[in-house]
Amino acid sequence: MKYMLLIHNNQSVYESWSDDERQALFAEVMAIMAELKESGELITDMALADQSLARTVRVRDGAVTTTDGPFAEAKEQFAGFLAVDCETPERAIEIAARWPDAKYFAMEVRPIMHDGGADL
Amino acid sequence: MTADRVAEDLLRQLAPQVLGTLIRRYGNFDESEDAVQEALLAAAVQWRAEGIPDNPRSWLITVASRRLIDQWRSDDARRNREAVAAQEMPAVAPAADHRDQAASDDTLSLLFLCCHPELSQASQIALTLRAVGGLTTAQIARAFLVPESTMGQRISRAKQRLKASGARLDEGSRQLAPVLHVLYLIFNEGYTSSSGPSLGDSGLTSEAIRLTRTVRTLLPDDGEVTGLLALMLLTDARRAARSRQDGTLIPLADQDRARWDGEAIREGTELITHALATAPIGPYQLEAAIAAVHDEAARAADTDWRQILALYRMLESVKPSSVVRLNLAVAAAMVHGPRAGLNLLASLDADERMAGYHRLAAVRGHLLEMAGDHDAARASYLLAARSTTSLPEQRYLESRAARCSRESATPS
Repeated sequence: MKYMLLIHNNQSVYESWSDDERQALFAEVMAIMAELKESGELITDMALADQSLARTVRVRDGAVTTTDGPFAEAKEQFAGFLAVDCETPERAIEIAARWPDAKYFAMEVRPIMHDGGADL
Repeated sequence: MTADRVAEDLLRQLAPQVLGTLIRRYGNFDESEDAVQEALLAAAVQWRAEGIPDNPRSWLITVASRRLIDQWRSDDARRNREAVAAQEMPAVAPAADHRDQAASDDTLSLLFLCCHPELSQASQIALTLRAVGGLTTAQIARAFLVPESTMGQRISRAKQRLKASGARLDEGSRQLAPVLHVLYLIFNEGYTSSSGPSLGDSGLTSEAIRLTRTVRTLLPDDGEVTGLLALMLLTDARRAARSRQDGTLIPLADQDRARWDGEAIREGTELITHALATAPIGPYQLEAAIAAVHDEAARAADTDWRQILALYRMLESVKPSSVVRLNLAVAAAMVHGPRAGLNLLASLDADERMAGYHRLAAVRGHLLEMAGDHDAARASYLLAARSTTSLPEQRYLESRAARCSRESATPS
Protein backbone atom coordinates (compact mmCIF):
# COMPACT_ATOMS: atom_id res chain seq x y z
CA MET A 1 0.00 0.00 0.00
CA LYS A 2 1.32 3.39 -0.96
CA TYR A 3 1.09 6.33 1.41
CA MET A 4 2.09 9.97 1.33
CA LEU A 5 3.49 11.20 4.63
CA LEU A 6 2.95 14.94 4.63
CA ILE A 7 5.28 16.94 6.81
CA HIS A 8 3.75 19.95 8.55
CA ASN A 9 5.92 22.31 10.57
CA ASN A 10 6.79 25.88 11.44
CA GLN A 11 10.27 26.63 10.15
CA SER A 12 10.66 29.71 12.35
CA VAL A 13 10.59 27.50 15.45
CA TYR A 14 13.55 25.53 14.18
CA GLU A 15 15.37 28.80 13.42
CA SER A 16 15.43 29.55 17.12
CA TRP A 17 17.18 26.25 17.87
CA SER A 18 20.91 25.89 18.54
CA ASP A 19 23.16 24.39 15.88
CA ASP A 20 23.54 21.22 17.91
CA GLU A 21 19.82 20.79 18.23
CA ARG A 22 19.39 21.27 14.49
CA GLN A 23 22.19 18.79 13.76
CA ALA A 24 20.49 16.24 15.99
CA LEU A 25 17.25 16.75 14.07
CA PHE A 26 18.99 16.26 10.71
CA ALA A 27 20.67 13.13 12.04
CA GLU A 28 17.29 11.67 12.97
CA VAL A 29 15.96 12.44 9.50
CA MET A 30 19.01 10.93 7.81
CA ALA A 31 18.68 7.76 9.89
CA ILE A 32 15.04 7.21 8.94
CA MET A 33 15.74 7.97 5.29
CA ALA A 34 18.59 5.46 5.25
CA GLU A 35 16.36 2.84 6.85
CA LEU A 36 13.52 3.40 4.37
CA LYS A 37 15.89 3.21 1.41
CA GLU A 38 17.44 0.06 2.74
CA SER A 39 14.10 -1.62 3.41
CA GLY A 40 12.81 -0.93 -0.10
CA GLU A 41 9.88 1.10 1.23
CA LEU A 42 10.83 4.58 0.05
CA ILE A 43 9.30 5.60 -3.27
CA THR A 44 10.35 9.24 -3.27
CA ASP A 45 10.75 12.25 -1.03
CA MET A 46 10.81 15.99 -1.54
CA ALA A 47 11.34 19.01 0.64
CA LEU A 48 9.70 22.32 -0.18
CA ALA A 49 11.50 25.67 -0.17
CA ASP A 50 10.52 28.19 2.50
CA GLN A 51 6.98 29.51 2.39
CA SER A 52 8.35 33.02 1.74
CA LEU A 53 9.20 31.73 -1.76
CA ALA A 54 5.66 30.43 -2.37
CA ARG A 55 3.30 32.15 -4.78
CA THR A 56 -0.40 31.42 -4.79
CA VAL A 57 -2.16 31.49 -8.13
CA ARG A 58 -5.88 32.09 -8.72
CA VAL A 59 -7.92 32.45 -11.87
CA ARG A 60 -11.15 34.43 -11.59
CA ASP A 61 -13.25 35.24 -14.65
CA GLY A 62 -10.31 34.18 -16.77
CA ALA A 63 -7.91 36.61 -15.09
CA VAL A 64 -4.81 35.26 -13.36
CA THR A 65 -3.77 36.83 -10.07
CA THR A 66 -0.79 35.81 -7.99
CA THR A 67 -0.09 36.65 -4.38
CA ASP A 68 3.07 36.09 -2.36
CA GLY A 69 2.96 33.40 0.27
CA PRO A 70 1.26 30.03 0.69
CA PHE A 71 -2.43 29.25 0.13
CA ALA A 72 -3.25 28.26 3.70
CA GLU A 73 -2.89 31.05 6.23
CA ALA A 74 -1.49 29.15 9.16
CA LYS A 75 1.66 29.11 11.24
CA GLU A 76 2.16 25.45 10.42
CA GLN A 77 2.82 24.88 6.77
CA PHE A 78 3.19 21.93 4.42
CA ALA A 79 6.97 21.52 4.24
CA GLY A 80 7.57 18.37 2.23
CA PHE A 81 6.63 14.73 1.90
CA LEU A 82 7.79 11.14 1.76
CA ALA A 83 6.01 8.62 -0.41
CA VAL A 84 6.34 5.09 0.94
CA ASP A 85 5.13 1.66 -0.09
CA CYS A 86 4.62 -0.46 3.00
CA GLU A 87 2.90 -3.64 4.06
CA THR A 88 0.33 -2.17 6.45
CA PRO A 89 -1.27 1.15 7.38
CA GLU A 90 0.19 0.64 10.87
CA ARG A 91 3.69 0.66 9.40
CA ALA A 92 2.99 4.00 7.65
CA ILE A 93 1.85 5.45 10.98
CA GLU A 94 4.96 4.07 12.67
CA ILE A 95 7.23 5.80 10.14
CA ALA A 96 5.33 9.06 10.54
CA ALA A 97 5.59 8.84 14.32
CA ARG A 98 9.36 8.53 14.10
CA TRP A 99 9.75 11.55 11.81
CA PRO A 100 10.98 14.37 14.11
CA ASP A 101 8.37 16.93 13.01
CA ALA A 102 5.72 14.67 14.56
CA LYS A 103 7.14 15.56 17.99
CA TYR A 104 6.82 19.33 17.54
CA PHE A 105 4.14 19.71 14.88
CA ALA A 106 2.35 16.98 12.93
CA MET A 107 2.64 14.42 10.19
CA GLU A 108 -0.33 13.57 8.02
CA VAL A 109 -0.63 10.04 6.59
CA ARG A 110 -2.75 9.76 3.44
CA PRO A 111 -3.24 6.75 1.16
CA ILE A 112 -2.24 7.40 -2.46
CA MET A 113 -4.85 6.73 -5.12
CA HIS A 114 -4.04 4.18 -7.81
CA ASP A 115 -5.29 3.40 -11.32
CA GLY A 116 -6.19 -0.21 -10.70
CA GLY A 117 -9.69 -1.45 -10.05
CA ALA A 118 -11.18 -4.69 -8.78
CA ASP A 119 -14.07 -6.42 -10.53
CA LEU A 120 -17.41 -4.75 -9.96
CA MET B 1 8.75 -20.23 -33.90
CA THR B 2 12.19 -19.11 -34.94
CA ALA B 3 15.25 -20.93 -33.60
CA ASP B 4 16.11 -17.90 -31.48
CA ARG B 5 12.66 -17.88 -29.96
CA VAL B 6 12.88 -21.59 -29.17
CA ALA B 7 16.21 -21.07 -27.43
CA GLU B 8 14.84 -18.05 -25.57
CA ASP B 9 11.81 -19.96 -24.27
CA LEU B 10 14.00 -22.88 -23.29
CA LEU B 11 16.38 -20.62 -21.37
CA ARG B 12 13.49 -19.03 -19.54
CA GLN B 13 12.11 -22.40 -18.55
CA LEU B 14 15.50 -23.75 -17.49
CA ALA B 15 16.72 -20.67 -15.60
CA PRO B 16 14.85 -21.35 -12.32
CA GLN B 17 15.78 -25.06 -12.43
CA VAL B 18 19.45 -24.20 -12.86
CA LEU B 19 19.30 -21.50 -10.19
CA GLY B 20 17.56 -23.93 -7.84
CA THR B 21 20.25 -26.54 -8.43
CA LEU B 22 23.07 -24.07 -7.82
CA ILE B 23 21.54 -22.73 -4.62
CA ARG B 24 20.99 -26.27 -3.39
CA ARG B 25 24.62 -27.15 -4.05
CA TYR B 26 26.41 -23.98 -3.09
CA GLY B 27 23.99 -22.23 -0.78
CA ASN B 28 24.51 -18.62 -1.80
CA PHE B 29 21.52 -16.99 -3.50
CA ASP B 30 23.26 -13.84 -4.79
CA GLU B 31 26.36 -15.51 -6.18
CA SER B 32 24.35 -18.37 -7.68
CA GLU B 33 22.08 -15.88 -9.39
CA ASP B 34 25.01 -13.97 -10.88
CA ALA B 35 26.55 -17.20 -12.11
CA VAL B 36 23.27 -18.33 -13.70
CA GLN B 37 22.90 -14.94 -15.41
CA GLU B 38 26.34 -15.33 -16.92
CA ALA B 39 25.59 -18.88 -18.02
CA LEU B 40 22.37 -17.71 -19.68
CA LEU B 41 24.26 -14.99 -21.54
CA ALA B 42 26.89 -17.49 -22.62
CA ALA B 43 24.15 -19.86 -23.81
CA ALA B 44 22.40 -17.13 -25.78
CA VAL B 45 25.63 -16.51 -27.72
CA GLN B 46 26.97 -20.03 -28.03
CA TRP B 47 23.72 -21.84 -28.77
CA ARG B 48 22.96 -19.40 -31.54
CA ALA B 49 26.28 -20.20 -33.18
CA GLU B 50 26.47 -23.92 -32.47
CA GLY B 51 22.91 -25.01 -31.87
CA ILE B 52 21.23 -26.17 -28.66
CA PRO B 53 23.28 -28.88 -26.86
CA ASP B 54 21.84 -32.34 -26.24
CA ASN B 55 21.27 -31.68 -22.58
CA PRO B 56 20.82 -27.92 -22.24
CA ARG B 57 20.13 -28.11 -18.51
CA SER B 58 23.37 -29.91 -17.72
CA TRP B 59 25.20 -27.50 -20.01
CA LEU B 60 23.86 -24.52 -18.08
CA ILE B 61 24.53 -26.09 -14.68
CA THR B 62 28.11 -26.92 -15.66
CA VAL B 63 28.80 -23.44 -17.06
CA ALA B 64 27.12 -21.67 -14.15
CA SER B 65 28.98 -23.81 -11.61
CA ARG B 66 32.28 -23.00 -13.30
CA ARG B 67 31.47 -19.29 -13.23
CA LEU B 68 30.70 -19.57 -9.55
CA ILE B 69 34.00 -21.34 -8.86
CA ASP B 70 35.87 -18.78 -10.98
CA GLN B 71 34.24 -16.05 -8.98
CA TRP B 72 35.35 -17.65 -5.73
CA ARG B 73 38.88 -18.21 -7.04
CA SER B 74 39.25 -14.57 -7.93
CA ASP B 75 38.08 -13.56 -4.52
CA ASP B 76 40.88 -13.84 -2.00
CA ALA B 77 38.64 -13.43 1.01
CA ARG B 78 36.78 -16.51 0.03
CA ARG B 79 39.80 -18.67 -0.61
CA ASN B 80 38.86 -21.15 2.09
CA ARG B 81 35.66 -22.05 0.44
CA GLU B 82 37.35 -22.82 -2.82
CA ALA B 83 38.59 -26.18 -1.64
CA VAL B 84 35.14 -27.18 -0.50
CA ALA B 85 33.53 -25.98 -3.67
CA ALA B 86 36.08 -27.67 -5.89
CA GLN B 87 35.30 -30.94 -4.20
CA GLU B 88 31.61 -30.48 -4.72
CA MET B 89 32.08 -29.34 -8.29
CA PRO B 90 31.31 -32.27 -10.55
CA ALA B 91 33.42 -32.72 -13.66
CA VAL B 92 30.22 -33.30 -15.55
CA ALA B 93 26.70 -32.80 -14.34
CA PRO B 94 25.69 -35.78 -12.19
CA ALA B 95 23.30 -38.35 -13.52
CA ALA B 96 20.56 -37.12 -11.23
CA ASP B 97 20.34 -33.92 -13.24
CA HIS B 98 19.24 -35.87 -16.27
CA ARG B 99 16.18 -37.03 -14.49
CA ASP B 100 13.15 -34.79 -14.79
CA GLN B 101 12.41 -35.31 -11.12
CA ALA B 102 15.53 -33.44 -10.05
CA ALA B 103 14.73 -30.56 -12.36
CA SER B 104 11.19 -30.33 -11.04
CA ASP B 105 12.28 -30.50 -7.44
CA ASP B 106 14.73 -27.67 -7.90
CA THR B 107 12.21 -25.32 -9.53
CA LEU B 108 9.69 -26.11 -6.84
CA SER B 109 12.26 -25.77 -4.06
CA LEU B 110 13.29 -22.39 -5.43
CA LEU B 111 9.64 -21.30 -5.32
CA PHE B 112 9.31 -22.48 -1.72
CA LEU B 113 12.45 -20.53 -0.86
CA CYS B 114 11.25 -17.33 -2.60
CA CYS B 115 7.92 -17.56 -0.76
CA HIS B 116 9.55 -18.39 2.58
CA PRO B 117 7.33 -17.30 5.51
CA GLU B 118 10.28 -15.36 6.92
CA LEU B 119 9.93 -12.83 4.06
CA SER B 120 7.42 -10.00 3.78
CA GLN B 121 4.75 -10.40 1.14
CA ALA B 122 6.26 -7.68 -1.05
CA SER B 123 9.62 -9.45 -0.88
CA GLN B 124 8.12 -12.83 -1.68
CA ILE B 125 6.47 -11.40 -4.77
CA ALA B 126 9.57 -9.52 -5.94
CA LEU B 127 11.91 -12.46 -5.38
CA THR B 128 9.57 -14.92 -7.11
CA LEU B 129 9.28 -12.73 -10.19
CA ARG B 130 13.03 -12.17 -10.24
CA ALA B 131 14.38 -15.63 -9.48
CA VAL B 132 11.67 -17.93 -10.82
CA GLY B 133 10.01 -15.65 -13.38
CA GLY B 134 13.30 -14.33 -14.69
CA LEU B 135 12.01 -10.76 -14.96
CA THR B 136 14.49 -7.91 -14.60
CA THR B 137 14.39 -5.66 -11.55
CA ALA B 138 13.39 -2.79 -13.87
CA GLN B 139 10.42 -4.77 -15.23
CA ILE B 140 9.21 -5.69 -11.75
CA ALA B 141 9.62 -2.09 -10.56
CA ARG B 142 7.57 -0.81 -13.51
CA ALA B 143 4.82 -3.32 -12.83
CA PHE B 144 4.53 -2.22 -9.21
CA LEU B 145 5.01 1.49 -9.93
CA VAL B 146 8.02 2.00 -7.71
CA PRO B 147 11.51 3.22 -8.65
CA GLU B 148 13.97 0.54 -9.77
CA SER B 149 16.22 1.31 -6.79
CA THR B 150 13.35 0.62 -4.39
CA MET B 151 12.61 -2.74 -6.01
CA GLY B 152 16.31 -3.62 -6.21
CA GLN B 153 16.62 -2.92 -2.51
CA ARG B 154 13.60 -5.07 -1.74
CA ILE B 155 15.06 -7.99 -3.66
CA SER B 156 18.51 -7.76 -2.13
CA ARG B 157 17.04 -7.41 1.33
CA ALA B 158 14.93 -10.50 0.77
CA LYS B 159 18.04 -12.46 -0.17
CA GLN B 160 19.90 -11.16 2.89
CA ARG B 161 17.02 -12.14 5.08
CA LEU B 162 16.95 -15.67 3.69
CA LYS B 163 20.67 -15.91 4.32
CA ALA B 164 20.33 -14.61 7.87
CA SER B 165 17.44 -16.90 8.69
CA GLY B 166 19.48 -19.85 7.49
CA ALA B 167 16.68 -20.90 5.17
CA ARG B 168 17.94 -23.52 2.77
CA LEU B 169 16.61 -25.00 -0.36
CA ASP B 170 16.49 -28.61 0.70
CA GLU B 171 14.88 -28.25 4.09
CA GLY B 172 12.46 -26.27 6.18
CA SER B 173 9.04 -25.22 5.11
CA ARG B 174 7.97 -26.69 1.85
CA GLN B 175 4.56 -25.14 2.16
CA LEU B 176 2.49 -24.82 -0.96
CA ALA B 177 -0.08 -22.38 0.42
CA PRO B 178 2.24 -19.31 0.54
CA VAL B 179 3.46 -20.09 -2.99
CA LEU B 180 -0.08 -20.22 -4.35
CA HIS B 181 -0.94 -17.03 -2.48
CA VAL B 182 2.03 -15.21 -4.01
CA LEU B 183 1.07 -16.40 -7.50
CA TYR B 184 -2.50 -15.27 -6.84
CA LEU B 185 -1.29 -11.83 -5.70
CA ILE B 186 0.91 -11.45 -8.78
CA PHE B 187 -2.06 -12.32 -10.97
CA ASN B 188 -4.32 -9.91 -9.13
CA GLU B 189 -1.82 -7.07 -9.37
CA GLY B 190 -1.76 -7.53 -13.15
CA TYR B 191 -5.49 -8.06 -13.52
CA THR B 192 -6.58 -5.03 -11.52
CA SER B 193 -4.09 -2.60 -13.03
CA SER B 194 -5.74 -0.53 -15.71
CA SER B 195 -2.41 0.37 -17.26
CA GLY B 196 -2.48 -3.08 -18.82
CA PRO B 197 0.55 -5.14 -19.65
CA SER B 198 3.55 -3.17 -18.51
CA LEU B 199 6.17 -5.84 -19.11
CA GLY B 200 6.37 -5.53 -22.87
CA ASP B 201 4.47 -8.36 -24.49
CA SER B 202 3.57 -10.22 -21.31
CA GLY B 203 1.89 -8.65 -18.31
CA LEU B 204 1.86 -9.82 -14.73
CA THR B 205 -1.27 -11.87 -15.42
CA SER B 206 0.47 -13.87 -18.16
CA GLU B 207 3.51 -14.25 -15.93
CA ALA B 208 1.37 -15.53 -13.04
CA ILE B 209 -0.42 -17.95 -15.36
CA ARG B 210 2.90 -19.16 -16.79
CA LEU B 211 4.34 -19.77 -13.30
CA THR B 212 1.16 -21.51 -12.11
CA ARG B 213 1.27 -23.75 -15.19
CA THR B 214 4.82 -24.66 -14.23
CA VAL B 215 3.73 -25.55 -10.69
CA ARG B 216 0.87 -27.61 -12.10
CA THR B 217 3.26 -29.54 -14.32
CA LEU B 218 5.24 -30.36 -11.18
CA LEU B 219 2.19 -31.16 -9.02
CA PRO B 220 -0.47 -32.32 -11.50
CA ASP B 221 -2.64 -34.02 -8.86
CA ASP B 222 -2.97 -31.06 -6.50
CA GLY B 223 -6.53 -29.78 -6.77
CA GLU B 224 -5.73 -26.33 -5.44
CA VAL B 225 -2.91 -25.75 -7.93
CA THR B 226 -5.26 -26.74 -10.75
CA GLY B 227 -8.01 -24.66 -9.15
CA LEU B 228 -5.79 -21.59 -9.02
CA LEU B 229 -4.74 -22.00 -12.66
CA ALA B 230 -8.40 -22.38 -13.65
CA LEU B 231 -9.36 -19.33 -11.60
CA MET B 232 -6.69 -17.24 -13.32
CA LEU B 233 -7.71 -18.37 -16.80
CA LEU B 234 -11.44 -17.88 -16.16
CA THR B 235 -10.84 -14.41 -14.69
CA ASP B 236 -8.27 -13.27 -17.21
CA ALA B 237 -10.67 -14.34 -19.99
CA ARG B 238 -12.76 -11.24 -19.16
CA ARG B 239 -9.90 -8.76 -19.05
CA ALA B 240 -10.43 -7.19 -22.49
CA ALA B 241 -14.09 -6.50 -21.64
CA ARG B 242 -13.70 -5.11 -18.13
CA SER B 243 -12.61 -1.54 -18.92
CA ARG B 244 -12.96 1.11 -21.57
CA GLN B 245 -10.09 2.81 -23.36
CA ASP B 246 -10.16 5.66 -20.84
CA GLY B 247 -9.78 3.23 -17.93
CA THR B 248 -13.44 3.36 -16.87
CA LEU B 249 -14.47 0.05 -15.30
CA ILE B 250 -17.37 -1.91 -16.77
CA PRO B 251 -19.30 -4.10 -14.28
CA LEU B 252 -19.64 -7.78 -15.11
CA ALA B 253 -23.35 -7.40 -15.92
CA ASP B 254 -22.64 -4.75 -18.59
CA GLN B 255 -19.62 -6.34 -20.25
CA ASP B 256 -19.63 -7.20 -23.95
CA ARG B 257 -19.35 -10.97 -23.57
CA ALA B 258 -18.32 -11.40 -27.19
CA ARG B 259 -15.00 -9.92 -26.11
CA TRP B 260 -14.38 -12.64 -23.55
CA ASP B 261 -11.63 -15.10 -24.43
CA GLY B 262 -13.46 -18.33 -25.33
CA GLU B 263 -10.29 -20.41 -25.48
CA ALA B 264 -9.26 -19.41 -21.94
CA ILE B 265 -12.81 -20.12 -20.70
CA ARG B 266 -12.77 -23.55 -22.35
CA GLU B 267 -9.40 -24.47 -20.82
CA GLY B 268 -10.30 -23.08 -17.38
CA THR B 269 -13.63 -24.89 -17.30
CA GLU B 270 -12.00 -28.15 -18.31
CA LEU B 271 -9.37 -27.77 -15.59
CA ILE B 272 -11.82 -26.97 -12.81
CA THR B 273 -14.22 -29.73 -13.84
CA HIS B 274 -11.35 -32.20 -13.66
CA ALA B 275 -10.08 -30.89 -10.29
CA LEU B 276 -13.52 -30.94 -8.65
CA ALA B 277 -14.03 -34.52 -9.78
CA THR B 278 -10.67 -35.84 -8.65
CA ALA B 279 -9.24 -33.81 -5.74
CA PRO B 280 -10.30 -32.76 -2.25
CA ILE B 281 -12.21 -29.48 -2.42
CA GLY B 282 -10.44 -26.19 -1.63
CA PRO B 283 -11.02 -22.43 -1.81
CA TYR B 284 -9.25 -21.82 -5.15
CA GLN B 285 -11.32 -24.56 -6.75
CA LEU B 286 -14.53 -23.05 -5.41
CA GLU B 287 -13.59 -19.58 -6.63
CA ALA B 288 -12.73 -21.04 -10.02
CA ALA B 289 -16.08 -22.85 -10.11
CA ILE B 290 -17.86 -19.54 -9.40
CA ALA B 291 -15.88 -17.81 -12.17
CA ALA B 292 -16.83 -20.66 -14.51
CA VAL B 293 -20.54 -20.22 -13.77
CA HIS B 294 -20.25 -16.49 -14.61
CA ASP B 295 -18.29 -17.22 -17.76
CA GLU B 296 -20.71 -19.82 -19.12
CA ALA B 297 -23.65 -17.39 -19.12
CA ALA B 298 -24.17 -16.03 -22.64
CA ARG B 299 -25.98 -13.00 -21.18
CA ALA B 300 -25.82 -11.55 -17.66
CA ALA B 301 -29.50 -12.45 -17.22
CA ASP B 302 -28.67 -16.12 -17.89
CA THR B 303 -26.30 -16.30 -14.91
CA ASP B 304 -27.09 -19.26 -12.66
CA TRP B 305 -27.12 -17.33 -9.38
CA ARG B 306 -28.52 -20.29 -7.43
CA GLN B 307 -25.43 -22.27 -8.23
CA ILE B 308 -23.20 -19.28 -7.40
CA LEU B 309 -24.98 -18.86 -4.07
CA ALA B 310 -24.47 -22.55 -3.26
CA LEU B 311 -20.78 -22.28 -4.16
CA TYR B 312 -20.28 -19.19 -1.98
CA ARG B 313 -21.97 -21.04 0.90
CA MET B 314 -19.46 -23.85 0.44
CA LEU B 315 -16.62 -21.35 0.21
CA GLU B 316 -17.78 -19.73 3.43
CA SER B 317 -17.70 -23.06 5.22
CA VAL B 318 -14.26 -23.95 3.82
CA LYS B 319 -12.62 -20.54 4.25
CA PRO B 320 -14.84 -17.94 5.91
CA SER B 321 -13.93 -14.28 5.37
CA SER B 322 -15.62 -10.90 5.20
CA VAL B 323 -15.00 -10.73 1.46
CA VAL B 324 -16.73 -14.08 0.93
CA ARG B 325 -19.65 -12.86 3.07
CA LEU B 326 -19.93 -9.76 0.85
CA ASN B 327 -20.07 -11.85 -2.31
CA LEU B 328 -22.51 -14.22 -0.65
CA ALA B 329 -24.77 -11.23 0.05
CA VAL B 330 -24.75 -10.25 -3.64
CA ALA B 331 -25.59 -13.80 -4.71
CA ALA B 332 -28.35 -14.05 -2.07
CA ALA B 333 -29.81 -10.77 -3.35
CA MET B 334 -29.83 -12.08 -6.92
CA VAL B 335 -31.65 -15.27 -5.85
CA HIS B 336 -33.90 -14.16 -2.99
CA GLY B 337 -34.15 -10.40 -3.53
CA PRO B 338 -32.20 -7.38 -2.22
CA ARG B 339 -33.52 -7.57 1.36
CA ALA B 340 -31.97 -11.05 1.82
CA GLY B 341 -28.63 -9.61 0.73
CA LEU B 342 -28.95 -6.54 2.95
CA ASN B 343 -29.68 -8.75 5.96
CA LEU B 344 -26.45 -10.64 5.34
CA LEU B 345 -24.54 -7.35 5.13
CA ALA B 346 -25.86 -6.34 8.54
CA SER B 347 -23.81 -9.16 10.05
CA LEU B 348 -20.66 -7.44 8.76
CA ASP B 349 -21.36 -4.08 10.39
CA ALA B 350 -20.22 -5.39 13.77
CA ASP B 351 -16.81 -6.27 12.29
CA GLU B 352 -14.51 -3.34 13.07
CA ARG B 353 -12.08 -4.24 10.30
CA MET B 354 -14.89 -3.74 7.80
CA ALA B 355 -15.76 -0.26 9.04
CA GLY B 356 -13.74 1.69 6.48
CA TYR B 357 -13.90 -0.95 3.78
CA HIS B 358 -15.28 0.64 0.64
CA ARG B 359 -16.59 -2.61 -0.85
CA LEU B 360 -19.06 -3.07 1.99
CA ALA B 361 -20.52 0.36 1.29
CA ALA B 362 -20.42 -0.25 -2.47
CA VAL B 363 -22.30 -3.55 -2.21
CA ARG B 364 -24.81 -2.01 0.19
CA GLY B 365 -25.38 0.82 -2.30
CA HIS B 366 -25.96 -1.71 -5.06
CA LEU B 367 -28.46 -3.72 -3.01
CA LEU B 368 -30.28 -0.60 -1.80
CA GLU B 369 -30.55 0.55 -5.41
CA MET B 370 -32.01 -2.87 -6.31
CA ALA B 371 -34.51 -2.40 -3.48
CA GLY B 372 -35.52 1.00 -4.90
CA ASP B 373 -34.20 3.00 -1.95
CA HIS B 374 -32.34 5.56 -4.04
CA ASP B 375 -31.55 8.07 -1.30
CA ALA B 376 -29.92 5.47 0.94
CA ALA B 377 -28.21 3.91 -2.08
CA ARG B 378 -26.73 7.27 -3.02
CA ALA B 379 -25.39 7.81 0.49
CA SER B 380 -23.77 4.36 0.46
CA TYR B 381 -22.20 4.88 -2.96
CA LEU B 382 -20.75 8.23 -1.87
CA LEU B 383 -19.36 6.69 1.32
CA ALA B 384 -17.77 3.95 -0.80
CA ALA B 385 -16.38 6.54 -3.26
CA ARG B 386 -14.71 8.43 -0.43
CA SER B 387 -13.27 5.25 1.08
CA THR B 388 -11.64 3.69 -1.97
CA THR B 389 -8.07 4.38 -3.08
CA SER B 390 -8.79 3.27 -6.64
CA LEU B 391 -9.45 6.12 -9.09
CA PRO B 392 -11.51 4.05 -11.57
CA GLU B 393 -13.62 2.60 -8.74
CA GLN B 394 -14.15 6.08 -7.34
CA ARG B 395 -15.30 7.40 -10.72
CA TYR B 396 -17.66 4.44 -11.10
CA LEU B 397 -19.14 4.85 -7.60
CA GLU B 398 -19.65 8.59 -8.07
CA SER B 399 -21.51 8.00 -11.31
CA ARG B 400 -23.73 5.39 -9.63
CA ALA B 401 -24.48 7.91 -6.88
CA ALA B 402 -25.38 10.54 -9.47
CA ARG B 403 -27.72 8.05 -11.15
CA CYS B 404 -29.46 7.45 -7.82
CA SER B 405 -29.96 11.22 -7.41
CA ARG B 406 -31.69 11.35 -10.80
CA GLU B 407 -33.84 8.31 -9.94
CA SER B 408 -35.01 9.77 -6.65
CA ALA B 409 -35.69 13.14 -8.32
CA THR B 410 -38.09 11.50 -10.81
CA PRO B 411 -40.79 9.72 -8.79
CA SER B 412 -42.00 6.58 -10.50
